[in-house]
Amino acid sequence: MTRKVALVAGGTTSKWGVYPGTLRDIISEAAKACFDSNPRIKADQIQGFIFCSVFPERSAYQSHTAPWAAECAGVKPNRIFCRVENMCGSGTVGIRTAYTAIASGLADLVMVLGAEKMFVPNPQEIMLNMLTGVDREWEGSTGLTAPVQFALAAQAHMRKYGTTEEQLALVSTKNHLNASRNPYSQFPKPCTVADVLASKPVTSPLKIFDCSSITDGGAAVILAAEELAKELTDNPVYILGTCQAASGFNYANIPDDWADWDVLNQAAQTAYKMAGIKPKDVDVAEVHDCFSISEIIEYEALGFCLKGEGGNFVASGCSDYGGQVVVNPRGGLIGCGHPLGATGVAQAVEVFRQLRNEAGERQVANAKIGLNHNLSGIAEHHVVIYGSKEVL
Amino acid sequence: MKGMMHLKPLIDDDSRTFWEGAKNHKLMIQWCNDCKKYIFYPRIICPHCFSEHVSWVEASGQGRIYSYTVVHRAMPPFNEQTPFVVAIVELNEGVRMISRIIGDREKISIDKPVSVVYEKIDDELTLPYFQLS
Repeated sequence: MTRKVALVAGGTTSKWGVYPGTLRDIISEAAKACFDSNPRIKADQIQGFIFCSVFPERSAYQSHTAPWAAECAGVKPNRIFCRVENMCGSGTVGIRTAYTAIASGLADLVMVLGAEKMFVPNPQEIMLNMLTGVDREWEGSTGLTAPVQFALAAQAHMRKYGTTEEQLALVSTKNHLNASRNPYSQFPKPCTVADVLASKPVTSPLKIFDCSSITDGGAAVILAAEELAKELTDNPVYILGTCQAASGFNYANIPDDWADWDVLNQAAQTAYKMAGIKPKDVDVAEVHDCFSISEIIEYEALGFCLKGEGGNFVASGCSDYGGQVVVNPRGGLIGCGHPLGATGVAQAVEVFRQLRNEAGERQVANAKIGLNHNLSGIAEHHVVIYGSKEVL
Repeated sequence: MKGMMHLKPLIDDDSRTFWEGAKNHKLMIQWCNDCKKYIFYPRIICPHCFSEHVSWVEASGQGRIYSYTVVHRAMPPFNEQTPFVVAIVELNEGVRMISRIIGDREKISIDKPVSVVYEKIDDELTLPYFQLS
C-alpha cells in the first residue's frame, strides 16, 4: 500500500554561474532558500535527506557527503539519508529516492538537495571530471565529451528527418528569452536565430549558443506524505507518476537509434500510465536541454509530437507560451546553466512554482500538470509527472 | 600528443589483446563461441548470453560511419587536437566503436565506408582510427 507524495517547499541559490563561495556555501544557501519558501516547515521536522552531487570528491575533495551536506543544510535526518550520483540526472534520481521512501512509509518528510561546484581553477580538471561520467576507458579517451555525444545524435536526427540548424537555434532563442525572466539564470540575455547561427562552432552542428554551460549552483525541495503535506501547505504539488530507464552505458553498445531515444519513450509511457494522463494533458514541461538537439528529440520521445516532427514543433511555436505545452519556462539548461546534481532539483522547483501559480512573469496560464525530464546521457532518462491539488 | 597521458586507457588483462593488436596493426574484437555473436568492447563474459567461452578474432577493419561530428572547440587536453572528427563506426561484423576519422573532412558523411588505420601515440599505445575507404 503506497502513500501519495507531494512537494511542499522548493528554492534555489540566488544566482547560478560562477559561485563566489564553496560547495558548503552552495548547500547552505539552497537549503535556506527552500525553508524560506515555506515558513510552516521547521528544520527539526526533516526526517530524510538526499544529497545529489556528481563530483564533490573532485571539486571539494570531500567524500562521505550525505551527512556532510545534511549538516551544511541544517538538518538532522533520522529516517533515511544518502548521496545520489547518476551524473546529470542525479537531482531527479534523488527526488525518486525520496518518493520511494515516503510512499513506502519509511519517512514522512524528506529534503532533496542538489549542489555542484563545477568551476575549479584548472580547466583540465573540469574536463577530466566530466569525462569520468562517460566510459572513460573506451570512449572518453577518444574525445567523446558531452557536446560530442549530443552532436552525434544531432547529425543522426538531421540525416534521418531533415532537421535543420535553424530549428536547433529556435530552441536556444526560446530558452534564452525564458531565462531573461528568471532571476537566477546564468544567461539572462535574449538572442536571435542569427546570433545562434553565428556563434562559435563547438562540434558540428552545435554552436556555443546550442550548448548549456559549466555552472555552479544549488537547489532544494521538500517532499511530504499526503496527510502531512496538507498540514504544511494549502497547495501541495503531487507526484502523479514517475519512471526511469536506461539502455546501456558504453555508447557504441547501446541498441538505440541515436535519432529516436526509444528508451526515453519507454520511461515516459510508463510514467504517463502511472499518472493516468496522456502527453497532450501536460501544461508545462521542464526537459533536459543540455544541448538544443536534446529538446527536439525529447518532444518526440515524450510524445508531444510524432517522431521526426520535433524541429517543426519548436518552429511552429508549439513548445512556447500559447502553444500545446510550454517547455522550459525557467530557461532550461541552456539559459539557466547546468550544475549537474542541482539541475533535476531546480526543474522540480520550477514545476512546483508553476503548478502553484507562483512563477511571476514566466507563469504558464492555468498550469495544472507538469512534467520533469532529466537525463544522464542519451541512453539514460528520468521522468516525474506532477499535478496540482485540482487534478489529484 | 601532449596531455593525452591523463586519458590513456588502462591496459589490463581484459584489454591487453586489443591494445597489443593495435600496436601490431590488427583490429582485435571478441566472438562468443556459444551464441555466435561479436563483442566490443572486450570483456570476460558474453554480454548477449553470459557465456564464458569468449575468444579473440581479428576483425575485417572495414565498416561504415553511423554518425560523426567535427570538433572545433574543446577543453584540455583535446583543445590541442582541434579540428578533429569523432565518429561512431559500425564494423562489418556488426559491433560499433567510438573512434576518429582522419583525412579530408569535407568528404565525410554518414553511411560512407571506412577502413581502419593506426595512430601511434607513443611506444605503449596505438589507437585504431578510420579513414574513408
